[in-house]
Amino acid sequence: MMSSSKFAGSALAALVAVLMAGTAASSKTLVYCSEGSPENFTPALNTTGTSFDAARPIYDELISFKRGTVDIEPGLAESWTITPDGKEIVFKLRKGVKFHTTATFKPTRDFNADDVLFSFERQGKADHPFSKVSGGVYTYYGDMDMPKLLKSIEKMDDYTVKMTLNEPNTPILANLAMDFAAIHSAEYAAQVMKAGKPEQLDQVPVGTGPFSFVSYQKDAVIRFKANKEYWGEKALVDDLVYAITPDPTARFAKLRAGECHVMGYPRPADLPEMQKDPLLNVINQPGLNIAYWAFNTQKPPFDKKEVRQAFNMAIDKAAIVKDVYLGAGQPAKNLIPKTIWSYNDAVTDYPYDPTKAKELLAKAGVTTPLEIDLWYMPVQRPYNPNGKRIGEIMQADLEKIGVKAKLVTYEWGEYRKRLQQGEHLTAQFGWTGDNGDPDNFFFLLGCAGARPGGGNASKWCNKEYDDRLLKARSSTSLEERTKLYKEMQLIMKEEAPNFTIAHSTVYEPMRKEVSGYKQSPFNRHQFNGVDLK
Amino acid sequence: MFKFLLKRLALTLPTFLALMLLTFLAIRLVPGDPVEVRMGERGIDPVRAEEMRHLLGLDQPIWKQFVDYVWGILHGDFGTSLVTSEKVLTEFAALFPATIELSFFAILFAMVLGIPAGILAAVKRGTVYDHALMGAALTGYSMPIFWWGLLLIMFMSEYLGLTPISGRTDLIRFSVEPITGFMLVDTLIAGDKGAFWDALRHLILPAIVLGTIPLAVIARITRSSMLEVLSEDYVRTARAKGLSPFRVVGLHALRNALIPVVTVIGLQVGTALAGAVLTETIFSWPGVGKWLIESIARRDYPALQGGILLISSIVVLMNLLIDVMYGAINPRIRHGR
Repeated sequence: MMSSSKFAGSALAALVAVLMAGTAASSKTLVYCSEGSPENFTPALNTTGTSFDAARPIYDELISFKRGTVDIEPGLAESWTITPDGKEIVFKLRKGVKFHTTATFKPTRDFNADDVLFSFERQGKADHPFSKVSGGVYTYYGDMDMPKLLKSIEKMDDYTVKMTLNEPNTPILANLAMDFAAIHSAEYAAQVMKAGKPEQLDQVPVGTGPFSFVSYQKDAVIRFKANKEYWGEKALVDDLVYAITPDPTARFAKLRAGECHVMGYPRPADLPEMQKDPLLNVINQPGLNIAYWAFNTQKPPFDKKEVRQAFNMAIDKAAIVKDVYLGAGQPAKNLIPKTIWSYNDAVTDYPYDPTKAKELLAKAGVTTPLEIDLWYMPVQRPYNPNGKRIGEIMQADLEKIGVKAKLVTYEWGEYRKRLQQGEHLTAQFGWTGDNGDPDNFFFLLGCAGARPGGGNASKWCNKEYDDRLLKARSSTSLEERTKLYKEMQLIMKEEAPNFTIAHSTVYEPMRKEVSGYKQSPFNRHQFNGVDLK
Repeated sequence: MFKFLLKRLALTLPTFLALMLLTFLAIRLVPGDPVEVRMGERGIDPVRAEEMRHLLGLDQPIWKQFVDYVWGILHGDFGTSLVTSEKVLTEFAALFPATIELSFFAILFAMVLGIPAGILAAVKRGTVYDHALMGAALTGYSMPIFWWGLLLIMFMSEYLGLTPISGRTDLIRFSVEPITGFMLVDTLIAGDKGAFWDALRHLILPAIVLGTIPLAVIARITRSSMLEVLSEDYVRTARAKGLSPFRVVGLHALRNALIPVVTVIGLQVGTALAGAVLTETIFSWPGVGKWLIESIARRDYPALQGGILLISSIVVLMNLLIDVMYGAINPRIRHGR
């Protein structure tokens, strides 16, 4: 039999244990229901948003995007100066930044210039010891023209790095805020290389970001914990968990049940129900993307401006946005969405006016019935939820002005190849922006892409437009660049090389207890500064 | 017996070769190219695309790629994933336990309910029980898995709040590091009873969903097999001897009726292992089915080839095991010509 004092002692111990358990349980864990597994944790090697999201908590870049905007701000580089000729950028690095201490790595030094050089040289130098590790394909580095732009990168001292460019290029600053430019620890790289396991650098990541990596189970979960020593906007929760949930309906169910706090990529059909749910908050903003219908300006009758304008008036844009985007889209009049600086709201879109369109066609000497090919996208994309349906609506509208459109499509890879070769007469296409710099959209219509094999789907080369594009690229004055881009939008609308369809609206559902979450125009998911009430 | 085993093993060799060739060729017949998928949707620079093709060995003639592949497998190397750069065998080994765990419980569920249901339907042939049970079996067999899974989530998890929605454990409360990959075992190793019960709760709905079709099949086979046995002379004799109906059915008839049922269960295990794709997707279950589907979308040739070959091998071995078991149970099969 237990004596009363012993009993009291045990009860006290039990109470303490319960209280301690209570304390442990009160540590805040934020769960994000993500849509898939990352390929690995080195953004430079990847191309998908899923992989970038998985690596984002861990890393910083030299330059950052201000959370929830496309504006850039200092990251691991405290400041930078550009020489007057625009060819040299000198970065002053932040001091006292610590790399994460993980189960496999304990840093002996702070972040410095060696880490910057390591991170870029791995991607740019074919003879770098890490160049071939984990497949060694640096798609974004190439896509953003870094091999062509970057002449050299040098360490001036431990906290100063100089980038020399082959030509002046201001948009490169926005490139450096992209995920592929994440800064890795050169010390950790040396450690894993010495241990004969270089691929660990990409699988068990170490960075300087707001969360450090804890563990990853493929197709199940990624765990992070708050980096208490973070130099920037700190994590407000203790643990961050990505619950990998590929099915959007299951994600929604988990969100409702409180098994996760934020979910990515909702199904458009679920949105009305989500918006009605008193436990949820659904925020939205226009996506950094554009769907358009390109006219091949090198082929008649689309070599005539009037014809292109007539086609712009023949299509009921509002009907497409309503029927195909189901409210999750906004009619586009410019290539860039409103969230990007230099958006020109003074541009007037063509009205839907079949009668005027007919007149314009007649004026251009086009006899009806006219037969054309209309290529529609065989795949669903964020900017184009249903290419075929859009094609059918356009076909019906064109019928009204005496144009018979034949719907054509190919396997997606084949479609893109043929389109770039300029085999089409008219074709749907689109773009998702990378870095929020207007150049990242306007280059789509530049003369460089109008050659066969280039990405300019209208094969349109307009000197007035292209001169401004190149001038803006080398200018370091935000004011001048804004002015040039605004003029380009007017030129584009007047010349009508395409019919701008829509920017999709991106929705992000989360539970009401989540506070401080800022939706990113890039559809990035970022959790520092986010709290649970 | 040994000779019989050798003969059966020798017969599986051509099956393996055909499997290797088929998976290898079938994947390459699908339009789309791993390089294009990997490079994203930007204008692909032909020079860089070629470089990458070379890097991945895709510029070699098809026969050379096949020979390299077979050579690798003979040396225990199933290749490296084009997407994650991890060894295919490592990825498979990390995901397969989840599939086995799920399939085991699904088949267990199917057996525990299917066999008694089949017996009952046979014994009560032509009655309302028979019609109701077989009607339910037919419904189960024709139920679209995706719809059934979502329906159960909505009713059991969302409406009644009895089961978790998806995943293998509660990620907020428990953090169990995989040792064996079998969540139930790992939670026990970690000595966390709460996590064990939680993992068990997470298994309920996926096991029911994956087990529904096998359950229907097992119930129907048990019924027809039982009906056949019940009309045999020895059963009539047993009845005439005055044995209780329970002994007649449960002991004398059931033993013989179960032989075809065992075969069907074996086949269903194979189907469950390879076909858990939909269930795994709905319940965010980190198994090999979902991994294979993703590999198709990414045109990850080595992962697909290796994954399909490994699963097929397991199914082939399972069939072999059943054959051997048969041989052991019934010497007529062993010596049959």
